[in-house]
Amino acid sequence: MARIGVFVCHCGTNISATVDVKKVAEIAKGFPGVKFTTDYRYMCSEPGQDLIQKMVKEHNLTRIVVAACSPSLHEKTFRTCTQNAGLNPYFFEMANIREQCSWVHDDREEATLKAIDIVKLAAAKVGKNNPLQTTFIPVEKRVLIIGGGISGIQAAIDVAFNGFETVIVEREPSIGGRMAMFDKTFPTLDCAACILTPKMVEVNQSDLIKLYTYSEVEEVSGYVGNFKVKIRRKARLVDENKCNGCGTCWQRCPVRLPSEFDMNLGKRKAIYVPFPQAVPNVPVIDQEHCLYINKKKCGICKKVCPFEAIDYEQKDEVIEEKFGAIIVATGFTMFDHSIYGEYGYGKYKNVTTGLHFERMLNSSGPTGGKIVRPSDGKEAKKVVFIQCVGSRDEARGMPYCSRLCCMYTAKQALLLKEHNPEAEAYVFYIDIRAAGKNYEEFVERVQDEYGATYLRGRVSKIFQRNGRLMVRGCDTLSGTQIEIDADLVVLATALIARPDAIKLAQMLHIPYDQNRLFTEAHPKLAPVETVTTGVFLTGACQSPKDIPDTVATASAASVKACGLLSHEKLPIDPQIARVDVEICSGCLACQEVCPFGAIEKEEIVDRVTQQKRWVAKIAPSLCNGCGACNTACRPGAIDLDGFTEEQIFGQIESLTADKGDER
Amino acid sequence: MMKVAYYPGCSLHSTAREYDISFQLVCRKLGIELQEIPHWVCCGSSPAHVTSHLLSIALPCKNLILAEEMGLDTVVAPCAACFNRLKIAKQEVAEDSKLKKEVEEVLGKPSAGKIEVKHPLQVIIEDVGLKKVEEMARRKLQGLRVASYYGCLLVRPPSVINFDDPEDPQSMDNLVSALGGEALPWAFKTECCGASFSLSETDIVFELSGEILNEALEAGAECILVACPLCQSNLDLRQKGIEKRRGKKFNLPILYFTELLGLALGMSMRQLGLSRHIVNPSKLLERKLAVT
Ligand SMILES: Cc1cc2nc3c(=O)[nH]c(=O)nc-3n(C[C@H](O)[C@H](O)[C@H](O)COP(=O)(O)OP(=O)(O)OC[C@H]3O[C@@H](n4cnc5c(N)ncnc54)[C@H](O)[C@@H]3O)c2cc1C
Ligand code: SF4
Ligand code: SF4
Repeated sequence: MARIGVFVCHCGTNISATVDVKKVAEIAKGFPGVKFTTDYRYMCSEPGQDLIQKMVKEHNLTRIVVAACSPSLHEKTFRTCTQNAGLNPYFFEMANIREQCSWVHDDREEATLKAIDIVKLAAAKVGKNNPLQTTFIPVEKRVLIIGGGISGIQAAIDVAFNGFETVIVEREPSIGGRMAMFDKTFPTLDCAACILTPKMVEVNQSDLIKLYTYSEVEEVSGYVGNFKVKIRRKARLVDENKCNGCGTCWQRCPVRLPSEFDMNLGKRKAIYVPFPQAVPNVPVIDQEHCLYINKKKCGICKKVCPFEAIDYEQKDEVIEEKFGAIIVATGFTMFDHSIYGEYGYGKYKNVTTGLHFERMLNSSGPTGGKIVRPSDGKEAKKVVFIQCVGSRDEARGMPYCSRLCCMYTAKQALLLKEHNPEAEAYVFYIDIRAAGKNYEEFVERVQDEYGATYLRGRVSKIFQRNGRLMVRGCDTLSGTQIEIDADLVVLATALIARPDAIKLAQMLHIPYDQNRLFTEAHPKLAPVETVTTGVFLTGACQSPKDIPDTVATASAASVKACGLLSHEKLPIDPQIARVDVEICSGCLACQEVCPFGAIEKEEIVDRVTQQKRWVAKIAPSLCNGCGACNTACRPGAIDLDGFTEEQIFGQIESLTADKGDER
Repeated sequence: MMKVAYYPGCSLHSTAREYDISFQLVCRKLGIELQEIPHWVCCGSSPAHVTSHLLSIALPCKNLILAEEMGLDTVVAPCAACFNRLKIAKQEVAEDSKLKKEVEEVLGKPSAGKIEVKHPLQVIIEDVGLKKVEEMARRKLQGLRVASYYGCLLVRPPSVINFDDPEDPQSMDNLVSALGGEALPWAFKTECCGASFSLSETDIVFELSGEILNEALEAGAECILVACPLCQSNLDLRQKGIEKRRGKKFNLPILYFTELLGLALGMSMRQLGLSRHIVNPSKLLERKLAVT
């Protein structure tokens, strides 16, 4: 028979102001199995914990109930305390009489009665607790990084610095992400290539970092410490080992196509590297447009390649590798402004976006650093910037603020003036959110020193008149309507999740929010973790972030990943589901409902019939103990350790037993 | 035969007689029976909703109740402002139980919930269909260059009206194309014409309607097509004055879409009441469509 001790916490006045803690302790004395009760000001303090350990010895207690705050706050504390008292750590239950009682009620008498019931439930449960043992799983000491933008690059460098092997899987032919498109970066205006290229080269040269560019993750199975990942290496049609990036092929290729990297403002060939500093500096053949692939004509690149690197027969390859941790660094894409009729439904060529403007600013970009009107290539002298396009628009866009458009717009207005001091920059804004280090000063400078005209208000309409764009809006500060005949309009479109975000989230079993952004495990206390142990987030795939924040989260995620890998073995919570194969009928209803993909089927030989049959099997490292399968199982073959049916029914009985006649 | 309740509103009984005439003729031809709501009252228009919110909702509601009492399921309102007020009243009452109670109290009747409010353009596009219109057309518009002007109330706010695109509407343009005209793309389809400021602040109307006329002319229009009596009157009646102020000749006939449709269906200018326009459309129409 269990000997239960109940410890009731005052939590200063947090609990004791509303709940009569002394009375709770007094009444708990009469609960079945309870041999000792007391109350104390702060149970979680060191003297509080000492008290528990002392009483365990003095009264020979075998089970502990602490009536205090939420288990999410202190369950771990008291579990360790229970263990230190020489008991199995799962011989402990927490009765939450703060969040679920004192904080939400004001009637002291009623609250006290409720607290008594809560303690009664915990006592009834703890008496039936089984001793559970933490189990361990081995760790594969490699990290997978999905996405090779600045966040993936930084994460790889940090993981490698810690001595672990990492693999970057990047969908595009080169790593670099969006940052590679920029000319200069706010607020310091250092040249993007100058700070990015060295990192890209470092990644390329590190022995510990493997790059799979032009590749995609296709399937993820397994669990923390032991992820099995299938990666599709798309056929480049160019042998990475032979090519030395001389460029002969793309100079000679006759097919000219709009360049995606240049936002279609420039051209590329059918065989191409997206930009000159690409890593790896190896081209890919665009199979959709290559003449040889489609019509068996041309074949020039193969003829001219001095290293015989072109291989038209190359096929996609799917490889499987194992990893201990995964860092998701897939970044963002831009909101499509063509839903906005007031901005011309995407029909006007000279209404562009921030990314177009970045490419024009870039001296190695499609215009050689000249700001032009895409319609006719003439220099753009009057430029109107519009902020919050698709951001902060619950009706048609995203409800959130994209956080960095104020800053990159200011940067672009400044650079416009630097490129052409005669140029005029107008910025329509709702309000300026420049909350980073030196950010406010930067925006001030753009207005004071560079003379950009900031107009607080929205644009109601853009239309064309005599080949120029007419931008109509209001300046709410002066209360006037404004009409500007502009050469170029630059929309600061919202940063949003990539179109395939949900697919990736499902593959990794990580949650996403209503905006399809990946969700962190805790917005404050676990910002780079996800609820799936071993999968971490960094950069703009989680929420719009600028480069400083992206790099910070990249380093944070790598520390977390390396922390995992520094263990030989990882403990897993034993409070998970368990299948009784004798009862399991093999219907696998549980498999349908498990949100973590933790249930597989397994063939066993039936003890009675000696026939083979299927039953459900639970992967301990994947199970989160949510209990969904438990309720789905019709024959009742699944039980949840730590929350067994015996425990739960014991609780229900404890409440109904003595209240039977009352009701 | 489709039967609908007809809410002409004050304009169609006065300044916009030709809209009323042409709409009725077109309906007859297309097999739509219009039954004018007996004892209808003014929708309240702008004066009501700047005076009292309750009044601005109760007036349209009264008309909706009358229409529902006719046993019909649709009421059609050709004036964009009436159409807009009827739709808004219906929606507000449906969403706000307190308002609903108040309205029912002043009207002494339960409010109408089922009746659907439509604009004639909607009836023609959605119920009749452009295909049928095209088949029935006896005359082609011969590439007549038309700028369709919708004004601010016909398609907005989208959450209430829920018809056509709020920034770049297409329904009249599609009608023009179906009838063989050239629907011009232009940017001022939903700009404000100045509306009822025509009487109190005429300068504003000169300015706003002037811009609309100017943009239409620049876009290459030979005439402007409208679906609202107030838009028509501002663009037509004020055109001379605008020409004088701007020192620029527009000479743009402002036609109701029902008139153009009537012509295409074979009616004469006289039948349709086209002589009531200030900017005389007959020369253009004779030349382009060979109508008399
Ligand atoms: C117009 C504009 C200007 C900006 N200017 C500045 C500035 O001046 N200063 C500043 O600090 N910040 C600036 N930013 C913000 C900056 O772009 C971001 O902070 C940064 O790009 C985020 O890096 P990331 O690696 O998270 O995402 P990304 O740069 O988007 O990189 C993600 C990478 O992952 C790859 N990927 C995506 N999905 C997959 C997949 N499923 N499998 C494999 N690979 C995948 C992509 O191809 C890409 O290479 C600007 C942003 C914009 C839009
Ligand atoms: S074979 Fe294809 S990629 Fe090579 S040069 Fe010809 S078109 Fe370009
Ligand atoms: S308890 Fe939850 S996570 Fe574990 S197997 Fe069942 S459904 Fe899956």
